[in-house]
Amino acid sequence: METTATPKYTFKDFASDQEVRWCPGCDDYVILRSMQKALPEMGLKKEDVVFISGIGCSSRFPYYMNTYGMHSIHGRAPAIASGVKLANPGLSVWIITGDGDSMAIGGNHFIHVLRRNLDLNIILFNNEIYGLTKGQFSPTSLVGQKTKSSPYGNTQPPFLPGELAIGAQARFFARIGGNTPKEMTDMFIKAEKFKGTSLIEVLQNCPIFNDGCFSKYTDKAVREDKQLFVEHGKPMIFGKERNQGMVLNGLKLEVVTLGENGITEADLLVHDAEEQDPTLHQMLVRSEYPLVTGIIRSFPDVTFEERVDELTAAVKAGSSFTKTDDLFFSGETYEVK
Amino acid sequence: MITTKTKQKQEVLEAVVVRFVGDSGDGMQLTGTQFSDTSAMFGNDIATFPNYPAEIRAPQGSLYGVSGFQVHIGSVEISAPGENVDLLVAMNPAGLKTNLHAVKPGHSVIVDIDAFSKKNLEKAQYESNPLEDGSLENYHVIEVAMTSLTKEALKEVEGLDNKSITRSKNMFALGMVYWMYNRSTDHTIEFFNKKFKSKPALIEANTKVLNAGFYFAETLELIPNSYTVAPAKMAAGTYRIVMGNTATAWGFLAAAEKSGLELFLGSYPITPASDILHELVKHKHFGVKALQAEDEIAGITSAIGAAFAGDLAITTTSGPGLALKGEALGLAMILELPLVVVDVQRGGPSTGLPTKTEQSDLLQALYGRNGESPVIIIAASTPANCFNYAFEAAKLAIEHMTPVILLTDGYIANGSAPWKIQSVSEMPEIKTRLIKEAKEKWNPYDRDEKTLARDWAIPGTFGLEHRVGGLEKDKETGQVSYIPENHEYMTSVRAEKVKRVENYIPKLKTEFTDEGDLLVIGWGGTYGTLYSSVKELRQEGYSSVGLAHFNYINPLPKNTEEVLKRFKHIVVCELNTGQFASVLRMNFHGIEFLQYNKVQGLPFGNSELIEEFKKIMK
Repeated sequence: METTATPKYTFKDFASDQEVRWCPGCDDYVILRSMQKALPEMGLKKEDVVFISGIGCSSRFPYYMNTYGMHSIHGRAPAIASGVKLANPGLSVWIITGDGDSMAIGGNHFIHVLRRNLDLNIILFNNEIYGLTKGQFSPTSLVGQKTKSSPYGNTQPPFLPGELAIGAQARFFARIGGNTPKEMTDMFIKAEKFKGTSLIEVLQNCPIFNDGCFSKYTDKAVREDKQLFVEHGKPMIFGKERNQGMVLNGLKLEVVTLGENGITEADLLVHDAEEQDPTLHQMLVRSEYPLVTGIIRSFPDVTFEERVDELTAAVKAGSSFTKTDDLFFSGETYEVK
Repeated sequence: MITTKTKQKQEVLEAVVVRFVGDSGDGMQLTGTQFSDTSAMFGNDIATFPNYPAEIRAPQGSLYGVSGFQVHIGSVEISAPGENVDLLVAMNPAGLKTNLHAVKPGHSVIVDIDAFSKKNLEKAQYESNPLEDGSLENYHVIEVAMTSLTKEALKEVEGLDNKSITRSKNMFALGMVYWMYNRSTDHTIEFFNKKFKSKPALIEANTKVLNAGFYFAETLELIPNSYTVAPAKMAAGTYRIVMGNTATAWGFLAAAEKSGLELFLGSYPITPASDILHELVKHKHFGVKALQAEDEIAGITSAIGAAFAGDLAITTTSGPGLALKGEALGLAMILELPLVVVDVQRGGPSTGLPTKTEQSDLLQALYGRNGESPVIIIAASTPANCFNYAFEAAKLAIEHMTPVILLTDGYIANGSAPWKIQSVSEMPEIKTRLIKEAKEKWNPYDRDEKTLARDWAIPGTFGLEHRVGGLEKDKETGQVSYIPENHEYMTSVRAEKVKRVENYIPKLKTEFTDEGDLLVIGWGGTYGTLYSSVKELRQEGYSSVGLAHFNYINPLPKNTEEVLKRFKHIVVCELNTGQFASVLRMNFHGIEFLQYNKVQGLPFGNSELIEEFKKIMK
């Protein structure tokens, strides 16, 4: 591969010639457009970008990107992407997955890819439903939710993707509403910059099978009051009036109003995404009011590739083998005449 | 005991079979390996057969906890570990009970009498002590108080606990056997020096016990003869002893170097395939990337990712793992990426017999996927040629852009044999289909006219960005296509691509005779036994018997039908209930295929085969 300057791209350079086939009104369009807008900002060459997806509505994504891509099999994208990255660490590798793909059939790969911490990026399209199979409950569907496969209400308690991910040692976890493209674009750029596995959960509305599943948090009219968008180093303030804040009361997060009972900005929690101890990050993930979005956790850690490289260099330094013949003819050989 | 050295008479033998048996913690595998390595270095041809339980440390003294290692050494060509045991070394009653049947009457059995306690006899379900009740009178029994002699030999060595002392009694047995077959102890002492580098007490102890056993045998009246097995006539060259699994791993190292690709292994531990993983993880100095994955599926899918990105990608497993990899293998097949799947077969179904051998994954390899999903299937047939077939599997995968399943089995994977070392420079070229530049109007599923293999455009290559996937593709553009005729066309192209591999593989050869009354057919790891059985039969005067052994299963060699038609009778011998026979029947109509099958988790024995062949020719 020759090294040449990275061309100046626009979002159009990243759009493939394929017609996009998601349902009208689906948040997937927002994610696609945000990605196509983010990529020219990342300083990557188009040929160095790879999208690997599993199965589901979300997983059609690679077909629409004019990069390298693979639409693989259900749940396995993290393992395939790991192979791509280990084969060529110079690539920017993205995993596109959904709540069923990553947390049901692919649950095992999901937790292990986070544990290993390769420099990969995962975008999890969470719509709390199976879309492509036409409306069964998923591992993030709510208890009581009526779906095609739970006509009397779902009886299986849901995973919170962030809680599961941080439990699996995710170093980078972010959450974003599916209707906020500007913030999403920025988040994709930050995820790419992060060295290690970054996971972005997009709260993605499915207008056909689970319409309005996140609207109590994401509707334009309510989102400022119901969402706390955290930023590293900034106090946790939210609300249309910017007068609500978060404090820690014992072992619980608590919402307070600035100006009431003598509360000032100085009393509020300041977000530290880079803290190694995930306790507060887990509390933020679990908070229902406000729902916390933004980069909740971004803890810089050694990547899997760095560990492998270090080990390989050490083994190479201590070995006299350069060709396989050196191995074959080493040790206990004998001559037959 | 006589303490003065007496000159023993020496008897020259063509070949001998020695079997070491004991508890699974008694170190029988190590003892057997040392004896076979030493003999090989002396110049004998060898074949080995380790046979051990699935339990790591089964309850002491139990019948099912017996671990054995059989070594066949010869001054003549040795192609199988042998059937009739000339010398059995039994470290306990359970070992004696489960293995005595294999010893030829009149031949020798060495027993550690210290292990023949009431408790151990009960555990081995002996009603009376076989050493006392006359049941061994047809054998030459050498009774040795091995445990106490070992303790005696070590009483002055400091820094040893009781456990280490009793555990070294296997070296006493080995020392005796070395003396009996006129073998030097040097190789094994060198082995101690390396293995226990940081534990000098263990070097001293093991060396002392080994020598004690050697001298004990030398001075013992109970052993009437010492035997010599002269070096075998083997092709000149540099040799080493390899286990099948090691040879497999090395074949991939050679293929990576030859093709100029980096080697990627995605694997999940499974018996009896794990040794390939263990071997390849050692070779980071060659840039080998080995990922021990979270499961079998991640093993193969990480390899698919690596193949997409341009590595020589392999995954290793056994039957249950192949079942789990089925869907992903179908993906690799429709993506048309190079990938090698090694299935070291074991007894099935389900968990089956993990440490025992079988050939029952053949139909799974051929058909164990959804949809029309043909892949290349080849099978290694000896521990040493695992090297060549691993290399060949990689070459075919890379040059034909398709997954290849390499079948070996527990028997050849764990068995060892002399390998005339092949330098990478002697291996055939491997030409990749990597493309570096965008041609005008390039499509990812453009094919080579002859092989139908597609181009390999890997991420990072400027101008060749494209998407692949598990959905059916348009024959021209490679984009998703649901057009009925296109699906039918693509199905036939993928099948034709695999079929055309027959133009690139060797023709089927018959051994001993090209035509005659009986053609013995086998495939994979049964080669050694089939070969020696047919040879033995011909020595008895049956000169119209030939052998055709298959290493290529899909596609079959082009001349297969022609070969089959030159014989009056055909018998297909397999360690399953007739899987290859059914494949042959499906492909070649109007030919009668007799079968000889065994599903006991054990290899064939010569006598059962010879008896069967004689019956057919009556």
